[in-house]
Amino acid sequence: MLGKLSFDALPKDLVTIGGVVMMIASGLLVIALLTYFKKWKWLWREWLTSLDPKKIGVMYIVIAFVMLLRGVADAAMMRAQQALSVGDSSGVISTDTFQQVFSAHGTIMIFFVAMGFMFGLINLIVPLQIGARDVAFPFMNSVSFWLFAAGAVLINLSLVVGEFSAAGWLAYPPLSGIEYSPGVGVDYWIWALQIAGVGSLLSGINFMVTIFKLRAPGMTLMKIPMFVWSVLGSMILVIFAFPILTGTLALLALDRSMGMHFFTSDFGGNPMMYINLIWAWGHPEVYILILPAFGIFSEVVATFSSKRLFGYKSMVYAIAAITFLSFVVWLHHFFTMGAGANVNAFFGIMTAVIAVPTGVKVFNWLFTMYRGRIRFTTPMLWFLGFVVIFTIGGAAGVLMSVPAIDFQVHNSLFLVAHFHSMIIGGVLFGFFAGITYWFPKVVGFRLNERLGRYAFFCWLSGFVLAFVPLYILGLMGATRRLDHYDASLGWQGLFIVSGVGVMIIIAGIGFQVLQLIVSIKQRRSNLDTTGDPWDGRTLEWSVASPAPVYNFATVPVVSERDAFQVAKQDGKAKLIYEDIHLPKNTGMGILIASCSFLFGFAFIWHIWWLVAVSMLGIVACLIVRSLDEHTEHTIKAAQVKKLEAISRSAAA
Amino acid sequence: MSEAVQHSRHTEEDAKAMFGFWVYIMTDCILFASLFATYAVLHNNTYGGPGAKDLFSLDFVLVETLLLLTSSFTCGLAVLAARRRDKKRVLAWFAVTFLLGLAFLGMELHEFSDLVSEGHSWQASGFLSAFFTLVGTHGLHISAGLLWMGIMMVQVWRRGLVRFSVKRLMLLGLFWHFLDIVWIFIFTFVYLMGAIAL
Repeated sequence: MLGKLSFDALPKDLVTIGGVVMMIASGLLVIALLTYFKKWKWLWREWLTSLDPKKIGVMYIVIAFVMLLRGVADAAMMRAQQALSVGDSSGVISTDTFQQVFSAHGTIMIFFVAMGFMFGLINLIVPLQIGARDVAFPFMNSVSFWLFAAGAVLINLSLVVGEFSAAGWLAYPPLSGIEYSPGVGVDYWIWALQIAGVGSLLSGINFMVTIFKLRAPGMTLMKIPMFVWSVLGSMILVIFAFPILTGTLALLALDRSMGMHFFTSDFGGNPMMYINLIWAWGHPEVYILILPAFGIFSEVVATFSSKRLFGYKSMVYAIAAITFLSFVVWLHHFFTMGAGANVNAFFGIMTAVIAVPTGVKVFNWLFTMYRGRIRFTTPMLWFLGFVVIFTIGGAAGVLMSVPAIDFQVHNSLFLVAHFHSMIIGGVLFGFFAGITYWFPKVVGFRLNERLGRYAFFCWLSGFVLAFVPLYILGLMGATRRLDHYDASLGWQGLFIVSGVGVMIIIAGIGFQVLQLIVSIKQRRSNLDTTGDPWDGRTLEWSVASPAPVYNFATVPVVSERDAFQVAKQDGKAKLIYEDIHLPKNTGMGILIASCSFLFGFAFIWHIWWLVAVSMLGIVACLIVRSLDEHTEHTIKAAQVKKLEAISRSAAA
Repeated sequence: MSEAVQHSRHTEEDAKAMFGFWVYIMTDCILFASLFATYAVLHNNTYGGPGAKDLFSLDFVLVETLLLLTSSFTCGLAVLAARRRDKKRVLAWFAVTFLLGLAFLGMELHEFSDLVSEGHSWQASGFLSAFFTLVGTHGLHISAGLLWMGIMMVQVWRRGLVRFSVKRLMLLGLFWHFLDIVWIFIFTFVYLMGAIAL
């Protein structure tokens, strides 16, 4: 009846129980608050069933931030273990827990933090920047989001029921095969990623069509804001890379559940094929994350330097080059596999070449700042921190593109420090800049600048303290995923410094939470009454803050790049109101994702009847939805006029 | 709202759906490409068991292929009829397509069950795992297509050929032809090249 599921699946060791208690307690607190303030109906009507991309974007960011806390807790445990587990001491957590912790840390940070922030920002800003009222497929957008949420719930559930994968964030076989990982951990990993991954794939299709088909009249491709270009590059990568992930995860699941032999080391399986397949997705994935961050920095630098972006065309070509090249470098993740000198040389050269368009972008940003009227607001600080860390990390990457050098530092902490430079210094700093920059557009008031600066300086100094020691340790020979080492190696001092760095980063996150609370409390003094708090250049700043549900009362007509900047100089356009059609709210997205969650859970625990029932549930939901022809509602022109008058008078 | 505005809005909606569906098909192509690559890597890893040459009957697969190709033709006729708003022909041609698809699926399942009963299941070797997964994924797509076709037939029968269902019939047609093309690749790479392999 319940497959492999039994009471033995509940957690036993103290660290995990502590985590579970905290998770359940905070869940109960949220439920209690919602009940006390009678907010359930509001939550359901205004948020959970909403098809408004701005609300979906906010929900993405909320989940991503919660998952960031979980990922950072994992990071803190790893740092504590490596600082203390020397010689006779065995540290704070057991070897097995340590393995689950580093696997969970990587998986959560990439799939549920970085991807969550990214899709959140894309949802919030892309329709506004191209002068559209919605995305191409609003219902599919809601399904995408809820699949992402279902994956996030599944990965957290592994803490409570069963265990998580101990096979690293990419679960290399044969270790991740059923023979060496007989528990349910790898299955949790597979299904959390599979469900969230299908959501990402659907989002990729949705936003690509949105950008190609929904641009305002006159906005030709060479006039779209740089953030939209970067998202287009990123979504093209999603469309090409995520099917490979879906396929690869399915093959691993078939190996584990159906006794197949794709990646086993006997019966004619080939484990190295998995490494190739997963990196054919995994390398583009890195660029899926970094391209939108590049786009955000392009917007931030142009706005806060009060200049148009330097070298727009070269930026576009750089994005296109990166999009293409990211598919021909995957082998550099396993130079040591033994593909031969010529193959390694090809992929090494391609890897070095990809630094060229990236360098073009860095110089373009710097030239944009040159002779600009620079305002050092928090988004600009994140940019400056990014330039330093990203350039150093990038140089380390180019160093490792030489196969002979890679053989020395492969799987060492040097590599760990390199990719954290790119993902924290590049991706995360970019998304933090974006969230600060666009926050007033979404909620109507600005974030507190002083606390934002504190958060930035904690993140920056914490990052340097945490990861510079790892570069050094890597060169000294420390491998990644170490849970214990000998005292005579003399590594402990550096590991302690690195631990201190993580504590400072945690202080930075604390300041970010405080910043949010203080900003909400003092919102009256930070109100954005103009809709254009930063003297912005692109269309999202032409509407009121918070942006109305229909985005644009009158669809703008575009003739130049930086459309809003041009419009401000030319004076106002005439407003003509028309009926606006928007999708109705629906709970079907949640329902489909709930069925997908049950499907994954049932597959993990081999509860086959539930697999069948939940599959039927998904199909039934899709059929019911496809038969529903009344999915739109209309806001009459007169109503639009009234709404606009209210928001404009509130502004004045 | 004037009729002209309504009309242009609907044309826009249709163009969006059509483009989105093409992009989806592209992603499905990549999924199949991964499975084809997997098959290419593993097709000689028979672990001492029989290989493609010993297991597959070309005559049988040729019949399967002809069934599916014919169904693609009748599907095309159905979509043409839908453009002319000819409800009877739409239902008739889709019914033929459905039966041909069902026959194809039946033959595929028959082939699978024969292989398993002779001891050549997906657990026997890497080659057979790759074979069952590649061909089975195509079969799953065909099943989904049949389900979709069934629903569309009920819809057309009950509500007639409104704008809304004609667009969906065209998407369904696109999907069905795509599966046909994938099958031609399977027929070539798995069966024909398997038969001439040394």
